[in-house]
Amino acid sequence: MAQSEQVTGKSTPLTGLHKKLGARMVTFAGYEMPIQFEGVMAEHNWTRQHCGLFDVSHMGPSFLELKSGVGGGEAAHEEIAALIETLVPSDIAGLPPGKAQLTVLLNERGGILDDLIITRPADPAQTGRLYIVVNGAMKEQDWSIFEDKLAAECRLERADDRILIALQGPEAIEVVAERFPEARDLTFMQSIEIPFDDENIILSRCGYTGEDGFELLIPASTGIPLVEAFLADGRVRPIGLGARDSLRLEAGLCLYGHDLSPDISPIEAGLAWTIPERRRKAADFPGAERILSELSGGAKRKRVGIRPLGRAPAREGTEIHDTNGKKIGEVTSGGFGPTANGPVAMGYVDNAHARKGTPLQLIVRGKPIEAEVAPLPFVPHNYKR
Amino acid sequence: MTVYFTKEHEWISVDGDVGTVGVTAYATEQLGDVVFVDLPEAGRTVDQNGEMAVVESVKAASDVYAPVSGEVIESNPALTSAPETVNASPEADGWFCKIRLSAPDQLAGLMNKSAYDAFCEGL
Repeated sequence: MAQSEQVTGKSTPLTGLHKKLGARMVTFAGYEMPIQFEGVMAEHNWTRQHCGLFDVSHMGPSFLELKSGVGGGEAAHEEIAALIETLVPSDIAGLPPGKAQLTVLLNERGGILDDLIITRPADPAQTGRLYIVVNGAMKEQDWSIFEDKLAAECRLERADDRILIALQGPEAIEVVAERFPEARDLTFMQSIEIPFDDENIILSRCGYTGEDGFELLIPASTGIPLVEAFLADGRVRPIGLGARDSLRLEAGLCLYGHDLSPDISPIEAGLAWTIPERRRKAADFPGAERILSELSGGAKRKRVGIRPLGRAPAREGTEIHDTNGKKIGEVTSGGFGPTANGPVAMGYVDNAHARKGTPLQLIVRGKPIEAEVAPLPFVPHNYKR
Repeated sequence: MTVYFTKEHEWISVDGDVGTVGVTAYATEQLGDVVFVDLPEAGRTVDQNGEMAVVESVKAASDVYAPVSGEVIESNPALTSAPETVNASPEADGWFCKIRLSAPDQLAGLMNKSAYDAFCEGL
């Protein structure tokens, strides 16, 4: 059996707490992070049934605001939206106050540089400001793109020195609403700011597990007691990166650097829904030529769900063949789904093989195993719409 | 019957010229929840320290190496339907396979129980 490697990396404000709780630590996105506490399977199941607490402080929360000032009414929002829309293909201008949107940062070839969530603050005094959360491993790249392209008009404030946690699962609403009753007013992808000590918490109803839940951006100086109070709640357990990955995979959600990359377009990735009609007509985002041509003529390959028919998991990098043994794609995320109670995977296949139920062969350790294209998600989403 | 251990956290319990092989409790703690075991077929020849089986947890696949050279004569059918047996009983019911030893003198290079326990404590 192989040995574990040395763990090094930056700390989050919660690293000490994880160690105190007995987490096994790994290096992830340059940070020392918990891979598991009591065990991946138990943590996965706890989140689906109760409420899991995830430290995602390694990610890249940030604020982009107009240098000309915030609070300038609808015009200020339109101005900052027009600026960020030069980099992403979604409808940011049309976001109502307090609404969040998943989108993608595009290169000139229409490939995905990162996936990110952009939120328009609920507070009218903050129009002209956007709350943007990018992936931890991509934050330096993303933030330098924002600074390079938008420096003349915008100021970027990094907030990755704060605590970012997610509370996920069917009991998250009760756990969060006990301390922040405002949580009940939010639906999926809505966000508010709540005064906390002398600063603010940003509370958003979103997540990366397919379950109902919240993400909270909390000041580092005063946030640890709040995290400890959440963990003292009998409904809440700490969850590591291992279960975070199996939960998001069952939910059919993409992991950047695996299911998304600079070569993959949002159409191939099944993210066409992030590009509304107005943006398609205007064709005013990077790589619009490729993306529009794929929208009208179809992409060559597509991201699909894959279910191996036996019990053997097929991991990232596994070759996908058609039933004649011809290579038609590759697995980009794969493992075991505790809730699906079997192996689950996602990958890219040639368009001709992307239909639900298409038989596939996965080459695992040199041997073909039977599989088929399966609808995503593997476990139904449980969002509060 | 004598039990020997490897630095790669396999155990082998030897009875005559047949050894029963599995992974140790220490190994299963590192692996986490086992969800699938790819076992060698009867008749396959394995080399000492060569790949013998693959154990899959929720998160990752790990190779299991043969502690000795020989021929696989049987693999544990219980692990096909209940791979979690590896976690529940790593050093008894969760055995992987039986090997007919082709070079029994290899055993002299393995650790006994107390040497293995001391080795784990140093990790």
